[in-house]
Amino acid sequence: MMKNMNPVWRGLLFLVLFGLVGYALGLGVDFLVVRSLRFSGSVPSLFTLLLGFTAFFFGLFGYRGITRGLVWQVVGTLLGGFFVAGIRAIMGLSAFGDFFFTEPSWVFGAFVGAISFIFGVGAVDDWVKWARGIDTPEEHEEHYHGWEKYFAVSLDHKVIGIQYTVTALLLISIGGLFALIFRTELAQSSLQFLTLDMKLFGQNGPQLYNTLMSLHGMIMIVSILLGVAGIMNYVVPLLLGAQDMAFPRLNAFSFWVAVPASVLLLMSLVLGGFDTGWTAYPPLSARAPVGMQMFFLGVFVAGWSSILGGLNIVATVLRMRAKGMTAFRMPILVWASIATSIISLTATQLIGLSFQLVMFQRLFGMGFFDPAKGGNPVLFQHLFWFYSHPAVYVFVLPGLGVISELLPVFSRKPLFGYKWIAMSSLGIALVGFLVWAHHMFTSGMNEYLRVPFMYSTLLVAIPTGVKFFSWVATLWKGKIETPTPMLFVLGGIVVFLLGGLTGPPNATVSVDLHLHDTYFIVGHFHDTIFGGFVFPFFAALYYWFPKATGRRMNETLGKIHFWLMTPAFFALTLGMMRIGLLGMRRRIVDYDPTMGFDTYHLMLTVMGYLIALSVLIFIYNFFNSINNGEKAEGNIWNSRSPEWQVPSPMPTHNYDQPFEVVGEPYDYGLAGSKYVQFIEKKK
Amino acid sequence: MRHFIVVGVLIIVMAFATYFGLTSLGLMPVAASAQAGSISQAGSIDWMWNLQMIAMSFLFALIAVPIGYSLIMFRRKKGDTTDAEHIEGNTALEITWTVVPLFIVVAFAYFGAYSLSETLRADPNAMVIKVMARQWSWSFEYPQAGVISNELYLPVGKQVLLKMESPLDGVLHSFFVPEFRMKQDVVPGRVTEYRVTPTLEGSYKVRCAELCGTSHYNMESPVNVVSQKNFDAWLNARQVEAQAAKTPEGAGQLLVAANGCTGCHSLDGKAGVGPTWQDLFNSQVKLADGSTVTADEAYLTESIAAPNAKVVEGFQPAMPQYPFTPEEIANLVAYIQTLK
Repeated sequence: MMKNMNPVWRGLLFLVLFGLVGYALGLGVDFLVVRSLRFSGSVPSLFTLLLGFTAFFFGLFGYRGITRGLVWQVVGTLLGGFFVAGIRAIMGLSAFGDFFFTEPSWVFGAFVGAISFIFGVGAVDDWVKWARGIDTPEEHEEHYHGWEKYFAVSLDHKVIGIQYTVTALLLISIGGLFALIFRTELAQSSLQFLTLDMKLFGQNGPQLYNTLMSLHGMIMIVSILLGVAGIMNYVVPLLLGAQDMAFPRLNAFSFWVAVPASVLLLMSLVLGGFDTGWTAYPPLSARAPVGMQMFFLGVFVAGWSSILGGLNIVATVLRMRAKGMTAFRMPILVWASIATSIISLTATQLIGLSFQLVMFQRLFGMGFFDPAKGGNPVLFQHLFWFYSHPAVYVFVLPGLGVISELLPVFSRKPLFGYKWIAMSSLGIALVGFLVWAHHMFTSGMNEYLRVPFMYSTLLVAIPTGVKFFSWVATLWKGKIETPTPMLFVLGGIVVFLLGGLTGPPNATVSVDLHLHDTYFIVGHFHDTIFGGFVFPFFAALYYWFPKATGRRMNETLGKIHFWLMTPAFFALTLGMMRIGLLGMRRRIVDYDPTMGFDTYHLMLTVMGYLIALSVLIFIYNFFNSINNGEKAEGNIWNSRSPEWQVPSPMPTHNYDQPFEVVGEPYDYGLAGSKYVQFIEKKK
Repeated sequence: MRHFIVVGVLIIVMAFATYFGLTSLGLMPVAASAQAGSISQAGSIDWMWNLQMIAMSFLFALIAVPIGYSLIMFRRKKGDTTDAEHIEGNTALEITWTVVPLFIVVAFAYFGAYSLSETLRADPNAMVIKVMARQWSWSFEYPQAGVISNELYLPVGKQVLLKMESPLDGVLHSFFVPEFRMKQDVVPGRVTEYRVTPTLEGSYKVRCAELCGTSHYNMESPVNVVSQKNFDAWLNARQVEAQAAKTPEGAGQLLVAANGCTGCHSLDGKAGVGPTWQDLFNSQVKLADGSTVTADEAYLTESIAAPNAKVVEGFQPAMPQYPFTPEEIANLVAYIQTLK
């Protein structure tokens, strides 16, 4: 009977069954270690999560691909944990702790588990073979077909792009769910259900709020990094006329390390959580529960994905462009991608490093940021923001590239000031490296250091302004159509405008002394991220969905998605900024009712739910249209771009015939002009 | 040309409408410090914020109006399949909208630096108050008066310099009073400074603005800005208390007040949940088990440290154990001795 079941139902069945088994097992183990039953404790929850999650994929897909990776990760984690537990026992230290393993056991186990995943899933098979002197065919053969190829290692950049994108959607849903939980708590002042008496995963209400709020931040960041990588992976080689990325195996590796990293992030929730926000400032992060370490490791491993992915894009753009595609004839999204990739290739190390230093401070007592040992907590903030500020440009530059890429198509006009837009992406990337300390105006760093950082921060307005003015000029006197992708492009521009305009007040130090760490900042960055990433990401999905599937997503549902999400989002962020100016601090589980914020918070919560509803509609539309969408095999957007000159869905090895660039990419309205011409194959 | 004139007019209208809309909303809380100032006080935070609102309103109109106008006026007509006019760009325009904003940005950075220097302007005679931020409480020390308080009292119209610390094994906090418009992190292992000149009498709250753990949301203390006269009176009263605290019985009296002991133990012989303290010392006390003890220092000390070891006849073993230090208990006992 099981054999004939729909794989998804079988997966869900396994999830429930093995989740229960895991829970019982966890309770038993927990009882053996702490000698009391903790029904909502960390260990039963963790066993439920890991076993249920793995069993879901087992039911869906059998013991291969991702399932094998997850099994290896669980086994690796246990082996690593027991290894350290054994050493500790020999040394006469306690072998087990409150969370079953002690902290060193968990860290080593989790690290071994993450590496085991990579081997288990098969992301390094070819390299292992090469090391043993076995050749592999240059052109990789696909072992799986249809939907199955998305659950195992594939070297096809289009498959990897979709793997990235769907993982990003999954993480966005999880991060959004966390936001809904704590927004529900915030709908009213005083503690509603996250109370001081409740206990879940070893945390009381306010602690759980802190964990959920922190994880909302980091899970969304990872989902954005994966979403960005998804768009770039799928689209950039097509735009360049390349058969694949420069390093297909590295590409697969980059995607698959993100999976164990996501599991580690989720593990941090149940292993006691952590209460530091996604910024993880010590000294607080040096004393948070063991969940902190899972968070550090998760980010550390996800960082590899970002660094190697960036490297791959840079190499692909430099080496694999079609004949005639000179620098200023590249599609504008390629410029944005290379600017983004330069940042993620060179800056990500700093966040990994800063987290690693805190990790070592906790494990080995190295006092990097411990003032009692002569360490400096403010130094961490410098290291951390040296990545984490440029990171926001990693999030938004590809999105802004998508806006620039689609605007001409739907305005039927050339992109106004192409070279200026291209250079502005590089300009933003460059200036972005010089502004990090504007996150630290109140941190206690040298007072006069704040002035140069104010100048450099305000300078970001110039290349950003160039983009806005050029977009306006592109729309001006166009012949504008507004199908769903264009709606999201326009929504993205206006939302990003709000994000951009609310930036300079934070840059001028004196005003920032008031705004810093309030809901004004929260509103501001949600505007920049939604305008710079979320809206363009949806635009890109609606736009390139037919290229990947040969069908288009439902237009009516797409418009409902847009018209539900956009007004709700405006109300959400403007409301946040409103109460932030009045003194609403960020990262608090409860607020003083005398401040009069109750009505605003209720409104914010309702808006949050409306956004979630709109995204649910999108997700339904996305998965439903794969098989049931209206057929769209031709150049449905009437684009000049090369990928639309061949039928959809895209063939496995991209273009059957190579093309040559014979004109400008965006010469809409120029009679008889062409961007690319296919070269006849020599027989 | 017609399009440009219409859009130009709309931009100006929209910019003014946005600015007046924003200012009429009352975006900021009441200003209670010279640093917060007002729109008309050059260099103050509210003045800088107003400049920012002018810039935001204008730039919003400059971008949003042409986009809205284009979406209405330049929509594709039904059945039209041709492309729009082929305009690739305009170098003069691009240079203009790079260079003009550059000047605006530099001007704003200059104003920002000016505003920062005004905000930091130091009065050499500023009164120093030491602030200690802990997980999760604030305490304020007036070093010249030798007073420590968990409420901050400030005299109106006089600059104070807060020298803020967190214990060496503590975490980061941030001192934030929205009505003062400023916040400053408190960092373990160093002293950070916060200068403020309160200008408006009233009761405010300082709340921690840097995530500091479980009760971060709850880490707040009253900030009272009062007239110089009331400030002096308050400080005097605290000083008298502090003076009293220097003797053991005085310190004990303060502890009794702080812990609400008199909720159960009366000082005037009235019956309560617990035995009265009047004439308690050296009296004979009958216990629940029928024996009798003398209420000497040893007995009182034991009864505070382990409340239910010896229960007085006619009373329930209801007193919780308080985390007093031995010295505090000695002070309490000294105070009880004085109650005749």
